[in-house]
Amino acid sequence: MSDSTKGYMDMDLLRFTTAGSVDDGKSTLIGRLMYDTKSIFEDQIDAIEQSSQNRGDEHVNLALLTDGLKAEREQGITIDVAYRYFATPKRKFIIADTPGHIQYTRNMVTGASTANLAIILIDARKGVIEQTKRHSFIASLLQIKHVIVCINKMDLVDYSEEIFEQIKKEYLGFDAKLEIPDIRFIPISALHGDNVVNRSENMDWYQGPSLLWTLENVQIASDRNLIDSRFPVQWVIRPQSDEYHDFRGYAGNIAGGVFRKGEEVVVLPSGFTSKVKSISTMDGELAEAFPPMAVAITLEDEIDISRGDMIAKPNNQPKAEQDIDMMICWLNTNALKLGGKYLIKHTSNEAKCIIKDVRYKVNVNTLEKSEDDKEIKANDIARIQIKTARPLFFDSYRKNRNTGSVILIDEFSNETVGAGMII
Amino acid sequence: MPSYNLSHLDQLEAEAIFIFREVAAQFEKPVILFSGGKDSITMVHLARKAFWPAKVPFPLLHIDTGHNFPEALEFRDNLAKKYNVTLDVGLVQDSIDRGTAQEERGVNPSRNSLQSITLLEKLEEGAYDAAFGGGRRDEEKARAKERFFSHRDDFGQWDPKNQRPELWNLYNGKKAVGESFRIFPISNWTEMDVWQYIKKEKIELPSIYFSHKRNVVNRGGVWIAESPYNTLLEGEKYEERVIRYRTLGCMTITGAVESEASTLDAIIEEVAAARQTERGNRADDKRSEAAMEDRKKQGYF
Repeated sequence: MSDSTKGYMDMDLLRFTTAGSVDDGKSTLIGRLMYDTKSIFEDQIDAIEQSSQNRGDEHVNLALLTDGLKAEREQGITIDVAYRYFATPKRKFIIADTPGHIQYTRNMVTGASTANLAIILIDARKGVIEQTKRHSFIASLLQIKHVIVCINKMDLVDYSEEIFEQIKKEYLGFDAKLEIPDIRFIPISALHGDNVVNRSENMDWYQGPSLLWTLENVQIASDRNLIDSRFPVQWVIRPQSDEYHDFRGYAGNIAGGVFRKGEEVVVLPSGFTSKVKSISTMDGELAEAFPPMAVAITLEDEIDISRGDMIAKPNNQPKAEQDIDMMICWLNTNALKLGGKYLIKHTSNEAKCIIKDVRYKVNVNTLEKSEDDKEIKANDIARIQIKTARPLFFDSYRKNRNTGSVILIDEFSNETVGAGMII
Repeated sequence: MPSYNLSHLDQLEAEAIFIFREVAAQFEKPVILFSGGKDSITMVHLARKAFWPAKVPFPLLHIDTGHNFPEALEFRDNLAKKYNVTLDVGLVQDSIDRGTAQEERGVNPSRNSLQSITLLEKLEEGAYDAAFGGGRRDEEKARAKERFFSHRDDFGQWDPKNQRPELWNLYNGKKAVGESFRIFPISNWTEMDVWQYIKKEKIELPSIYFSHKRNVVNRGGVWIAESPYNTLLEGEKYEERVIRYRTLGCMTITGAVESEASTLDAIIEEVAAARQTERGNRADDKRSEAAMEDRKKQGYF
């Protein structure tokens, strides 16, 4: 294999989300990243040139590249989360491209749920606005550890260092309320490409790296929980074949920690202990497995285990409780019913639950809490308390995004109505 | 201290395997839509990994337009035999004969849009409640909006404005009677990822993906293969070229690319340098700006 393809075979993967209000230039930035990394094909460019002409746009509209639905192109706005891909020789990137409109907070939560990093765009002419705070709060709530604040449209403020510093100061003024360990600031012009892929010649006062360099080099490996071993059983594999007559494998993806062959484990809810007999895959047995590997674990002892059960270590078990406090983002146009029953989905486990209390609602623009307002509508974020019909085996979301997240499902419409993060 | 890092291919594989198992657990009667193309072949490989050492617990369903490459059909039958998987075939010709589908008019009619009709008929006939598709979000802008678990109403229709939000890896497959889901385990893969994975896993492919000589005619900048289903227009003639295919569809609409790439390494290099999307030579996508979105709304996968 030649060197040009060799690097591509074992690249790292970074998932990030982009947030910014309407007209902050989000689509242009994504278009720029993809264009400058040569991730846009000629026929795609031809197609959007043609569409831009048909629409009577003056310039080639890079946003058309990302707005995939008819209704979006008609209205010139992004309605729904879309996923984009590009790669450099160092990393492969998955972008969750989320709309900036205030009524689509839920979409940002959706995009942020799988992201390692968030890019928050600020218009240099406008500075920190409500939406900047809202997006930062959501990134913090979703436990995104890395945020890059891109101060965009620097070309429209004469590439002014003062303005950049002023916005940075303003942002750092409210970030004390946030739990984001790694925040970086980059002055850019998405339209002209300053500091996006290439360092800008217009801002020699800025000594930091470009956006792409930062995306390529940010360390995300340590963001996973490799301490608390968790294995939600997803499916039981029983081949019933002559060759594998006695094989009974518990299939799933490792949700936390490291599992090793020979180690003692406990199975919840039964509480039985056993030892890992093998970690099996079609490619052979493994000595150990870690997140997010998909494996089948077999145990030394015959224990009754089914989907929804959790395998952990005897001296390090998740909580097993029925009264659960969580932050919730409401996704549905039907408001949350206090005292109402919903289906809760958590790892591979499912149970009925009842909403016991709305403790407070968060004003996502000011980050203030309101204990009086119990009406939770679409795009609202609140802290609630629920009771489940049977115990869930969970960790706090802060400790582990896999074992601390839930969705609520309306049993009548079957729709996913709430996204919860266990406290 | 080991780094405990997975490469992007390993992460994508783990994600896809998770989806296969989730569908097995959440649905009564899933089916894998199988075209014999590289994406669906990759899906079968992933399904085998998800349930190994048990066999794949889903049948394959191929919607055969009757205009397929013979190499692809032969490959399809061998693959089903090799992995002991049930293969169900839905013939578009049957729908035409029944009168539920009507052949396009014109000199070189495409049966592409008719596939949706036969597909929906077969899904109903088989009482399948989840159908895996090899669609990838990088293929086309409407597909970039697609969920892993894509809800369809009882007419098989997609409503892109009313999709279920999908968070973390918590997939909601709840549905009312008659409704179904389309499942896209390789949503997050790009064309390049698929090729790299095929190389890494040594997955076998139909020969038409590799460089070979074939009689083709240039029509509107697209090389169309000689076949019994294609009629030459005035002034056209077949010529022999060294070509290969980047995607696999009907012989009547799938354009070949001129290429000497006869190995996976050469294909990966070619894809890395490509300036056209893989579907750039699919005539079916070029019919209108929203061709894919419109077809998907009506039930195309």
